[in-house]
Amino acid sequence: IRHSYVEILDAKTKDKLCFLDKVEPNATIGEIKSMFHKSHPQWYPARQSIRLDPKGKSLKDEDVLQNLPVGTTATFYFRDLGAQISWVTVFLTEYTGPLLIYLMFYFRVPFIYAPKYDFTTSKHWVVHLACMCHSFHYVKRLLETLFVHRFSHGTMPLRNIFKNCSYYWGFAAWMAYYINHPLYTPPIYGEQQIRLALIIFLFCQIGNFSIHIALRNLRPPGSKTRKIPYPTKNPFTWIFLLVSCPNYTYELGSWLGFTLMTQCVPVAFFTLVGFIQMTVWAKGKHRSYLKEFRDYPPLRSPILPFIL
Amino acid sequence: MSAPASAGTSKAAHSDVAPKKKKGPGALATAYLVIYNVVMTAGWLVIAVGLVRAYLARGSYHGLYYSIEKPLKFFQTGAILEILHCAVGIVPSSVVLTGFQVMSRVFLTWAVTHSVREVQSEDSVLLFVTAWTVTEIIRYSFYTFSLLNHLPYLIKWARYTFFIVLYPMGVTGELLTIYAALPYVQKTGLYSVTLPNKYNFSFDYHTFLILTMISYIPLFPQLYFHMMRQRKKVLGHVEDYSKVE
Repeated sequence: IRHSYVEILDAKTKDKLCFLDKVEPNATIGEIKSMFHKSHPQWYPARQSIRLDPKGKSLKDEDVLQNLPVGTTATFYFRDLGAQISWVTVFLTEYTGPLLIYLMFYFRVPFIYAPKYDFTTSKHWVVHLACMCHSFHYVKRLLETLFVHRFSHGTMPLRNIFKNCSYYWGFAAWMAYYINHPLYTPPIYGEQQIRLALIIFLFCQIGNFSIHIALRNLRPPGSKTRKIPYPTKNPFTWIFLLVSCPNYTYELGSWLGFTLMTQCVPVAFFTLVGFIQMTVWAKGKHRSYLKEFRDYPPLRSPILPFIL
Repeated sequence: MSAPASAGTSKAAHSDVAPKKKKGPGALATAYLVIYNVVMTAGWLVIAVGLVRAYLARGSYHGLYYSIEKPLKFFQTGAILEILHCAVGIVPSSVVLTGFQVMSRVFLTWAVTHSVREVQSEDSVLLFVTAWTVTEIIRYSFYTFSLLNHLPYLIKWARYTFFIVLYPMGVTGELLTIYAALPYVQKTGLYSVTLPNKYNFSFDYHTFLILTMISYIPLFPQLYFHMMRQRKKVLGHVEDYSKVE
């Protein structure tokens, strides 16, 4: 077998970091990363960015050596992506926080409200309903992380977990403080408002779940292929006709429902911030779809039908 | 008139004039920015003159705020345009950083000094107003000259040197003013919302001001040392020459 040679240089300093001989021509970048890891144990494969050009894009783990524009000796440039953490770990941590934190406020654990309220429960039934909805939402997210989502990237930079958890945990505490407060004021329009809000919330939860399932089914297990999502037999997925990222559309809907249900400004604020972030993500995803697929349906908007 | 070859010829010729520079603001944007910076320089000069005249007239430092209250509010608030300049791209600074700096000034001008009448006669107000005035006169003239590609070394030196004293001076004035405002805010419940209310929201401005004061602790050193680093980078060559015997 005609072996290839691989040399890995530091992208910034151009220092020779590693020379691999006896590399099979049909080796993948992933395998080369494992070999590099052996000589530099502190750089596990997930934190390696291997590229053909010091300032170029990262090569994918699946790329095969002999299919790349290199000679018998391939020169690659390495950049350290920094400490990495798996997406699953981040999701589980950032979602478990709000679940538990909200419950602490709901059960009025000491040192939050005045001592005479410790371990009491609210007299408003909407507060109990809100707790159930909030908890259901995060339990759903945890289960989806474990059983539904198929992640294309294994890891993200470690500092993201601090940023993400501050966001989710901080907002959860802020919202929960007011909803479960002894001086909480229930919605002005009472039962009508709460009922409508609950319908919107449940509709969007089911919708969001349907989209997650549809997206999962686009991708066979273990693969990282990307395909255009289309409406399925499930009516909740028909929104794909008008929107590229209906999971975000439904998520916005759920939080609008929760805002209506609780009539609480911090919840409205959380919904707004989330909407802004999801719009940024949706626009990015929409742009990638358009770039990758020339036959992408032109009627679709990123997140809000016809509007945004 | 324009060559029939292509409509883009005149544009290309224009960008050839400054071959080394990256694509900066166009001619129209540059003209606008020059006008903006000249106006701001003039505005802060008006405030400086106002302070001096009032001091000479009264013979004391006390209560000089009232003599420059209106131009201070006008020109400091006008600086909000600088956020727009970054957002639109005619100024190569970060929107977030500029936004933060401008809004903190606007906050002190309106939400503290204007809103809490009792602090307006405090000497700490004079302290930060003076610091701001000198800083802004130098800063805006620096930008004006830079845009016109005729930056006198004196202005560059002043911009990257005066801050060493003016920054701590301004911060001290600001913190003392916020501190002076605290008892009045607590007493009157200014800008505060309490429970219960139909929005299920509360806000304690007194606590917010205390948190703002605390935030100076991590923020001020970062900004100060950033300017120090910039100073070394921009003025650094002076030390190199002095090393050559």
